[in-house]
Amino acid sequence: MPQAVQSPVRAGAPAASDDAVVQVRGISKTYNDVEALRNIDLDFARGKLTTLLGPSGCGKTTLLKIIAGLIPASAGEVRVNGRVVTGPGPERAFVFQDFALMPWATVMRNVAFGLELRGVSAAERKRVAMQYIEKVSLTGFEDKYPHELSGGMRQRVGIARAFAVNADVLLLDEPFSAVDEQNRRKFQEDLLRLVDLEKKTFIFVTHSIEEAVYVSDRIVLLSPRPGRVSQVIDPAIDRSASPDDIRRAPAYLDTVEEIWDGLRQYAD
Amino acid sequence: MTLFGYRIPMMASLIVWGLLWEIVGRLDLIFLIPPLSGIFEAGVHLVQTGSWQAASMITLRSFALGMTLAIGIGVPLGILMGRFKAVDNLMGLWVNMFVSAPLSALVPVLMILFGLGETTVVVTVFLFAVWIIVLDARAGVTQVPQSLIEMGRSYGANGWTLFTKIILLSALPEILAGIRIGLIRGVKGVVIGQILVSIIGYGELFELFSRSFEMESFWALTMILFVAAMLLSALIELFEKRVEYYAGER
Repeated sequence: MPQAVQSPVRAGAPAASDDAVVQVRGISKTYNDVEALRNIDLDFARGKLTTLLGPSGCGKTTLLKIIAGLIPASAGEVRVNGRVVTGPGPERAFVFQDFALMPWATVMRNVAFGLELRGVSAAERKRVAMQYIEKVSLTGFEDKYPHELSGGMRQRVGIARAFAVNADVLLLDEPFSAVDEQNRRKFQEDLLRLVDLEKKTFIFVTHSIEEAVYVSDRIVLLSPRPGRVSQVIDPAIDRSASPDDIRRAPAYLDTVEEIWDGLRQYAD
Repeated sequence: MTLFGYRIPMMASLIVWGLLWEIVGRLDLIFLIPPLSGIFEAGVHLVQTGSWQAASMITLRSFALGMTLAIGIGVPLGILMGRFKAVDNLMGLWVNMFVSAPLSALVPVLMILFGLGETTVVVTVFLFAVWIIVLDARAGVTQVPQSLIEMGRSYGANGWTLFTKIILLSALPEILAGIRIGLIRGVKGVVIGQILVSIIGYGELFELFSRSFEMESFWALTMILFVAAMLLSALIELFEKRVEYYAGER
C-alpha cells in the first residue's frame, strides 16, 4: 500500500490484470423495463477487499447477486478463477444483509450448513465450524438458536458460515446495515482483521461512505438509474495504524470527502 | 385475580358456573337442565357401558381415518399450491370456496353418495378438516423468506435438498397451525356426520338420549366430547410451541 497521499482517483474501469479472481465483463441487467445495470466492466483483485458503493437504486446488490450466480445477467459474463459463472459455486460464499440464518437450527448447525450441503462428515464439519465460531468470538453460543442472539451476534454467525466453506471469494451484501452503530465499528475492525488473516478476496456492498473508506482496498462508485461505474478509488490509508488513528488520518478524511463530493449530485 | 386478599386460581370461575348449574338443576326449573352432580353420575355410568365404548371406538376410528386422509392429502396439496403456480390456479378457487362453506349442508349429499355408514362420517371429517390444512401449508411455503432460499442456493442446495432442508422446515410452523385448526374442525365433522347419519357412534347415542329424554347422559356425553376436543387442541398447541420456539421470530 503506498504511503504517499497521491490523488487516489482513477477514472474509468481498471485494466484487466492477471491477478483478477473475479472478472466482470459487460454486465447489464434489465428488470422488466427498468434498466438496473448498464455495461459494467470490473476486475476484483485477489486478496483485496473491493467495495461497491453507491446510493440506493444504483444496482450494487444486483451486481453482487449476479456475481454470486443468484440472479442471471441480461447481458455480459462474470468469470471467477477464469470460469464463467452460470450459478452459485463453492468458490464463492455469501453474507446476507438480513443474516439469512435458519431459525430452527443452532449456531453450530447454521455455521456448518455450507459443509453439510457439501456432504462433509458430521465430525469434520463440527471441527471446522467450531474453529470459525471461535474466530468470530461466539464460543459458548454453539447450541443457541438465532432468536436467542442479538443482531450483531447473528451476523457473526452469517460471517462464520461464509468462512467455514473456505471459498476464495466472499460476497458481503451490506452485512452491517442491520447492526447498531457501536457494533458496526467493532465489526469493521474485525473484518479488517479477518481480511488480513484469511487472504481471501472480498467484495463488499455498502451505502456508508465511512464504512467503505475504512475497510476497502478499492472502492467502486456506482451511479444510479442505470447503475454504471462512475469512479474507482484506491484509498491510500495506512492500515497498520490503530482504528482510531485511521479514522482521524487526513487520507481517510480526504477520501470520505472526495467520495461525498462525487455522490452529492445523487442525493435527493 | 384476588378477592378479599385471597388469590383466586384461574379455573375458579368454572366452580362458580358449576354451582350455579347445580342450583338451577336442583330447582327443577327445566327438564333440559338436570343437576350437575347427576350428570357426573351419569357420566361415570355411561363410560362403563358397552354401547359407549363401542361408540367411542367407532368415533375415534372415523376421526383418525378422516384426519389421516386430510393431513396426508392436505399438506402435500398445500405445498404443491405454494410451489407451483399451475396447481395454485387449478385448485385455489375450490379450496377458498370450501374453507368457508357451510359443509354440514353437504352431508346429506354425502349420505347418498357413500351410504348411511362410517364412510360418510370419514368423508365428512375429511371435508371439514382438509381445506384449512391446505391453505396453511400453502401460506407456509409461500412465506419462506427469499433470503433463506438464496442462502440455500448460494451454499449449493437446489431442487430436493433446498425443499427438504429449507422450505419444508421454514413452513413447518404454519403447517402445524393448519393441522391444529384442522383437528378441531375434524371433531366438529365427526360429530355432525354421526348425528346426521344418526345410526352410528356418538350420533346414535345422542339420538337415543335425546329421544328418551335422558338428559343426564346427554350432557355427560356432550361434556366428554368437549373435553376431548379441548385436550386434543391443547396437545397440538404444546407441540406447536416447541416448534415455534425453534422457529423463533421471522
